[in-house]
Amino acid sequence: MSAAVTVPVWPVEGWELVAGLEVHTELSTATKLFCGCRNAFGDVPNTNTCPVCLGLPGSLPVLNAEAVELAARVGVALGSDVRRSLFHRKNYFYPDMPKNYQVSQYDEPICVGGSLELPDGVRIGIVRAHLEEDTGKTTHVGGDGRIHGASHSLVDYNRAGVPLLEIVSEPDLRSAEQARAYVAELRAILVAVGASDGRMEEGSLRVDANVSVRRVGDATLGTRCEVKNLNSLRSLGRAVEHEAARQVAVLLAGGTVAQETRHWREDEGRTVAMRSKEEAFDYRYFPEPDLVPVAPDAALLERARAAVPMLPAARRARLFGLLSRGGDQDPARAGAPGAQVAAVVASDLDQLVAGAVERGAEPALALARVANEAAAEPDAARRLDVEAFAHLCRMEAAGELSATQAKTVLGVLLAEGGDPAEIAAARGLAALPAGAVEEFVRSVAAAHPEEWGRWLAGEEKVAGFLVGRVMRESGGRADGKAVRAVLDAARSRA
Amino acid sequence: MEPRISRDQVAHVAKLARLALAEDELDVLAGELAAVLDYAADVAALDTAAVPPTAHPLPLANVLRADEVRPSLDPAVVLAMAPDAAEGRFRVPRILGGA
Amino acid sequence: MADERAGTSGAVGPGGTDGGTGAAGLHAGAVGIAQAVRRGELRAQDVLEEHLAVVEAREPALHCFLALDVERARASAAALDEAVARGEAVGALAGVPVVLKDNLCVPGLPATCGSRILEGWVPPYEATVAARLRKAGALLVGKTNLDEFAMGSSTEHSAFGATANPHDPERVPGGSSGGSAAAVAAGMAPIGLGSDTGGSIRQPAALCGVVGVKPTYGLVSRYGLIAFASSLDQIGPLTATVADAALALEVIAGADPADSTCLDRPAPVLGPVLGRGVEGLRVGVVGDLVEGADREVAAAVAAAADRLAGAGAKVDEVAIPACRYGLPAYYLLAPAEASSNLARYDGVRYGLRVEGEDVAAMNAATRAAGFGREVRRRIMLGTFALSAGYYDAYYGQAQRVRTLMIQAFADAYQRFDVLLGATTPGVAFHQGEKLADPLSMYLSDVFTVPSNLTGQPALSVPFGTGESGLPVGVQVLAPALGEEVLFQVGSSLEAMAPRGGADGAAGQGTGQEAGGAAGQGTGGR
Ligand SMILES: [Zn+2]
Repeated sequence: MSAAVTVPVWPVEGWELVAGLEVHTELSTATKLFCGCRNAFGDVPNTNTCPVCLGLPGSLPVLNAEAVELAARVGVALGSDVRRSLFHRKNYFYPDMPKNYQVSQYDEPICVGGSLELPDGVRIGIVRAHLEEDTGKTTHVGGDGRIHGASHSLVDYNRAGVPLLEIVSEPDLRSAEQARAYVAELRAILVAVGASDGRMEEGSLRVDANVSVRRVGDATLGTRCEVKNLNSLRSLGRAVEHEAARQVAVLLAGGTVAQETRHWREDEGRTVAMRSKEEAFDYRYFPEPDLVPVAPDAALLERARAAVPMLPAARRARLFGLLSRGGDQDPARAGAPGAQVAAVVASDLDQLVAGAVERGAEPALALARVANEAAAEPDAARRLDVEAFAHLCRMEAAGELSATQAKTVLGVLLAEGGDPAEIAAARGLAALPAGAVEEFVRSVAAAHPEEWGRWLAGEEKVAGFLVGRVMRESGGRADGKAVRAVLDAARSRA
Repeated sequence: MEPRISRDQVAHVAKLARLALAEDELDVLAGELAAVLDYAADVAALDTAAVPPTAHPLPLANVLRADEVRPSLDPAVVLAMAPDAAEGRFRVPRILGGA
Repeated sequence: MADERAGTSGAVGPGGTDGGTGAAGLHAGAVGIAQAVRRGELRAQDVLEEHLAVVEAREPALHCFLALDVERARASAAALDEAVARGEAVGALAGVPVVLKDNLCVPGLPATCGSRILEGWVPPYEATVAARLRKAGALLVGKTNLDEFAMGSSTEHSAFGATANPHDPERVPGGSSGGSAAAVAAGMAPIGLGSDTGGSIRQPAALCGVVGVKPTYGLVSRYGLIAFASSLDQIGPLTATVADAALALEVIAGADPADSTCLDRPAPVLGPVLGRGVEGLRVGVVGDLVEGADREVAAAVAAAADRLAGAGAKVDEVAIPACRYGLPAYYLLAPAEASSNLARYDGVRYGLRVEGEDVAAMNAATRAAGFGREVRRRIMLGTFALSAGYYDAYYGQAQRVRTLMIQAFADAYQRFDVLLGATTPGVAFHQGEKLADPLSMYLSDVFTVPSNLTGQPALSVPFGTGESGLPVGVQVLAPALGEEVLFQVGSSLEAMAPRGGADGAAGQGTGQEAGGAAGQGTGGR
């Protein structure tokens, strides 16, 4: 709005951010939504065009069956009602739209309702998901490459007519982190069901955010602005916070937030208004007379259900289930285990954990090793032999290897594969027997009498120092837990 | 009687329709459109609350195409149609009204 | 020529044999030509040259064509004759010259739609109907004149000049398929294709004294037809005889995967119903489709009803009051769809461009310069009817009226097999007569729009001449997919139509003869 208002940094005390997202995903079909041209990224401009997607006079659209299948799958995955739907024409002039109308589902979308569960267990409502055609790609020439100051523009219609599914969330998001988590989760679902390749950097996934603010405790929603041009999760988070802060600044200065579309400028870190109000668009929607309704039948829904694999939320739930069966872990979703579970599922490594547990690995240990170590090399980890990994976990749990040693063996397994016992033997890795650990502890106590005294006097924080010394002296062969147990025993005797 | 469409409305509609109309044509159109809308007044006044709309005379549904690639046009042919082209793309004057 | 057709119309049918020899191609109609060419009794090249001679003689006065494709037609004819000589099977329209309304796409020929805005555009693809005609052995002679984007009822709204009515060049041929109607009436080709959105086939057929058919919506693929109003547009034939129309429709109809709104069913088989008579058929004469027509037109409808009754049909009157809402509903729906269909003509991808300092200015300047007055008027009307705040009162309401009309006609078809009415309120009017008053021009469609709104098929068949000696058409309407009964009744009416001065049920004119010989006028350009 006015430059006079200083925009604070989010969060602003006493204010709440409310966001809903519109995610446009390009569907992974072989061809476009209404013609047989290739749906491909990065081809030579205007090579994937035909009378239909160029909007040549007399051409007519015919709906791609696969786009309907994929939309239905997404609907099933989100728990939506997949229903009879109708295409409308959204009329407005723009040179990247060959017909100067966009064929899009309007008041009768294919998917209605549903929800999505974030890794922390929060559910975000889904309003709808509808099919529509993408536009072409416009390049602005001259000026600074932006639309302002350009001398002319060049249009490539390869993308025109590519199938999009627009998924609209309820305004259930309350922070930038949640917005990012929502998109990440939705992306994972889209990839899991085969609807999208999820490549945000290629524009396969595009996000618009509807952002408003209100005072904490208010029940009514504030006036929202739609923020466009969010090309990455990072942009999304920054833009949502900046826009919320901007709105608070406007309100605190006694102004009102205008309902408008705003453009995120990544380089400047701010949103700018896209269109003035008097140019508010009148899209003149009406039913597309060149197409007939799409009414998913029982067979299509059955195929969609069969094509939807176990989704991230269910996979996380399964891991939490394993953890609680282990008995020695709090299955709370927050905290370290929750983050580990989310990371493991996000890296597609939950099968590794589950497989290891089936083969006798301790659940918390298997989860920790996969989340903390294996997930750093996800490709290698997905190739890891489950039995070898389980064996490694069993060895560590049995005290045959220290944690440090186990991590070393895991590194070898990831890089080269092999048998963990043989790897350990070949490298001379074996956990110290209990007597040897006591020996090292005694030696460290003698070398550091002051710290040892403080430990015995009950000072908790010197434990790390003492354990570290023992580990060093033992060359990593001592197990941290075992060392700690010896320390505890010494203090209780003192 | 109030005309069914004002001169200002006609100008607004011309903008929506992307037609650069001369002032005198706007005047003429205001009269002509009003005449047609007067003629349609009977229709506009009908009580149709209980009547569903018909968008299309056919009761068809689910007309679908297999997801199979078909040959596209030769881009040389495509661009030869263009009033102006450059770098394998359609060239247009600068675009205002965006961001 | 018209007298010749009138004289043979009752006799020529599939399997009919008259006119199949020697130089009689001109007089044989499509059915006779195709049969003779298939049998090797007539050379396609001779048929073509005879028709081209008529084109050469009459085109300067009539201006039926926007483009001729003589060389390719000759090559096709030669290839066809060779195929016949080799004993190969040839198609149902072998050697039949055909003309296409210039809103149908044919590669290598400009498609102008009668508009400046498409100037220079040559479609890189072929309309389904054109491909089917070619495959059936038809010779595509050229593209015919039309009201710009098929918006009009006189062919005067063509950017490339008006077409004259062969019966009286001072008069219009009707429209928007006026070029095809006039070409067929003048004997330039036995078959013309047109498109009918609100009567654009039937009205010019009536005014030019030929047969015109608007098939059931969805029976003929619209792929390659440059859209006016997509939910109303349908392609159909204009021919000298009902049998020729039946043959043409059999060729062009049938499922097409390129058009989502094309019905997944084979083309109808119409030959067997021609000449079957009307004994026992229930014919409803729709007062609402005659009311307001000129006396000569009303007389023709009455005479047609009498003769059908005389031939054993059970004829009764029926009221369909909803018809009165048809025209106003049509003039909200069709422009609305058109405003969207014509948005693509923006100077970016093809056709005309008028430069502007930014893209919006370029679009607006291009469209203002490229579209004629009537098209601009309808785009404005349609944009308004769809715009925020008016959608419900205009477009939405018109859609509901469409439902009412479908219901009203369905009720009528409970009691009747076919319906009968006038095609047009009057005979061909003078060039320029209705240009100043758009609404009076729109009223030309008052009897034809109901079947576009309901999707049902309808046919106009010449039924004598009026007091002025000009042709009068009567209209037969049938329920959706009722093409068989439609053609059955149409062929009977054709056989019982008054001809010459002696049989002046609809007046005492000798118009068909006079019309057939007409063509010396200056046309309307
Ligand atoms: Zn295409």
